[in-house]
Amino acid sequence: MSGRVLVGVKRVIDYAVKIRVKPDNTGVVTDGVKHSMNPFCEIAVEEAVKLKEKKLIKEVVAVSCGPQQSQETIRTALAMGADRGIHVDVSGKDYENLGPLQVSKILAALAKQEDAQLILLGKQAIDDDCNQTGQMTAALLDWPQGTFASEVSLEGDKINLVREIDGGLEHIKINTPAVITADLRLNTPRYATLPNIMDSLMNNETELHKPNHRTSLCVGLIPLFETVAPEDMQGGTDRSGAMLRHTVLQSGKPKRIILSCLCI
Amino acid sequence: KSLCYTYSALLFTYLSQPTVIASHGLTDEQKEFQKVAFDFAANEMAPHMAEWDQKEIFPVETMRKAAQLGFGGIYVQPDVGGSGLSRLDTSIIFEALSTGCVSTTAYISIHNMCAWMIDSYGNKEQREKFCPDLCSMEKFASYCLTEPGSGSDAASLLTSAQRKGDHYILNGSKAFISGGGDTDVYVVMCRTGGKGPKGISFGKKEKKVGWNSQPTRAVIFEDCAVPVANRLGEEGQGFNIAMKGLNGGRINIASCSLGAAHASVQLARDHLLVRKQFGETLSNNQFLQFKLAEMATKLVASRLLIREAAQALQEDRPDAVAICSMAKLFATDECFNICNQALQMHGGYGYLKDYAVQQFVRDIRVHQILEGTNEVMRMIISRNLLSES
Repeated sequence: MSGRVLVGVKRVIDYAVKIRVKPDNTGVVTDGVKHSMNPFCEIAVEEAVKLKEKKLIKEVVAVSCGPQQSQETIRTALAMGADRGIHVDVSGKDYENLGPLQVSKILAALAKQEDAQLILLGKQAIDDDCNQTGQMTAALLDWPQGTFASEVSLEGDKINLVREIDGGLEHIKINTPAVITADLRLNTPRYATLPNIMDSLMNNETELHKPNHRTSLCVGLIPLFETVAPEDMQGGTDRSGAMLRHTVLQSGKPKRIILSCLCI
Repeated sequence: KSLCYTYSALLFTYLSQPTVIASHGLTDEQKEFQKVAFDFAANEMAPHMAEWDQKEIFPVETMRKAAQLGFGGIYVQPDVGGSGLSRLDTSIIFEALSTGCVSTTAYISIHNMCAWMIDSYGNKEQREKFCPDLCSMEKFASYCLTEPGSGSDAASLLTSAQRKGDHYILNGSKAFISGGGDTDVYVVMCRTGGKGPKGISFGKKEKKVGWNSQPTRAVIFEDCAVPVANRLGEEGQGFNIAMKGLNGGRINIASCSLGAAHASVQLARDHLLVRKQFGETLSNNQFLQFKLAEMATKLVASRLLIREAAQALQEDRPDAVAICSMAKLFATDECFNICNQALQMHGGYGYLKDYAVQQFVRDIRVHQILEGTNEVMRMIISRNLLSES
């Protein structure tokens, strides 16, 4: 297999940022907040670049769906070693409503257009935690899928994959073309080097695509009613021991711990 | 150790305050450089900065990793392994790296300065012999100008180099040499026409208040033979080369102060939002609010002056030397005050080594002294203002 790999990269709020809910509860604050590439997408890019370095594939194309700022995310992918970028321009209301179903339709259309042999995605995004895009894309294309990959190796026109599942590790072999989603332990993404950043920004262009009406961004919208922050933790009651002691743990105002979606 | 991880996690939220955001006005390319430098600082340096300070570790492996990313010879030409970037790019990178560890970043900047001097003033053989290894940090460099008897008055240095056939015989000693004893290439400023005993040796490792992740020693020359082929430029040109190196070095050191100040503002801000006294968080106290505002203002002002100086040096403007001195003077003084104030805001905790803020204060205190004391900066600036031309 020596073709083209499409890597989906999503621009999300940086994992270390303290998330704040908007006062009107319609979502979280994104203005002026640090954004970066979804960590699982970084792992997907790294895997694609490694495959190219091993000469198992010819070209890595980074794709991002979103507004103007998505180009920053594509730039990061280019700096890591992707050859080309495609920015699918989705902004305003369309962007607010953009979800896995719409993105997977876009990716499926692009895969056919670019004659891709492999689609590499992160297993999920850390903002919505959907874990659906890879699976939906494979279904739309009627391609095999290897999700939660922690090891990928190419063998002729087949792919050997190790998947991290609840029961342990699952070894599968799938045909190409295929969709793979990257899990945490697949690799450690590289830093972009200064020469790479300069080369990539000078030589590589990002194409701009407008999704056409056939991609139907309006289909399958999930209406969002409300976004609220998790409730403050309440103190606990100690009921241990032979005698019932009413010990209310005085914790004062407890620290709010916002769990990051990464399983670190 | 757990507090170090807290600090390094804090670094990621660093850029989220629009007021003090460090990436305003930068090109796309510069934003990418800055991102890599911040990520490297947060992942590879910040978790270790306390340990490097306490155990006085010279972090060779981490610096070599940085060199692999292109940080070993940032403004050295690409044909000898450098990254070929501008002074402004360099300032942005050092500012970001400094948030991970000031001392290590300051050493990296000194190393860069030496590599640049050889790149700019060396002949073809010298550039090809020394620069590639320096850019990859296969070899480390030290800049040797100061002597026990000549600091601010650098021109009065005594280390002599007497020509004997195709060698110079060096005699004398250099003091306070960063990296001394652990580095491989020494760029030595010496006076041709002198005399003396045998080889190169080192004084004891100095015990310092900060900058502990880099060793500092005296470098002693006794009848030390150096091939004439290793002379950079012409005889008599040395002082000029040394000063040119320092112009860039001053921007770099000022940039390191900037990174420390930014990190300290972030730490102080977060502390004010958490720490409570008198029934409310410190962030409700007007004096502290005003103090934080002043700190942020001085930080942004310092940053703008440094970036302007970097541009001026890059374009070789007539005011470049003066403005580099202004940037060094202003930024190192103000940023020290910022870090010091941030420590104060932490109360007693600020004095504990468990908290990063005290290391920033200790590490950048010396920036007001080296690469030309801030008093010498005033000399340069006033001379520029009062000169007839």
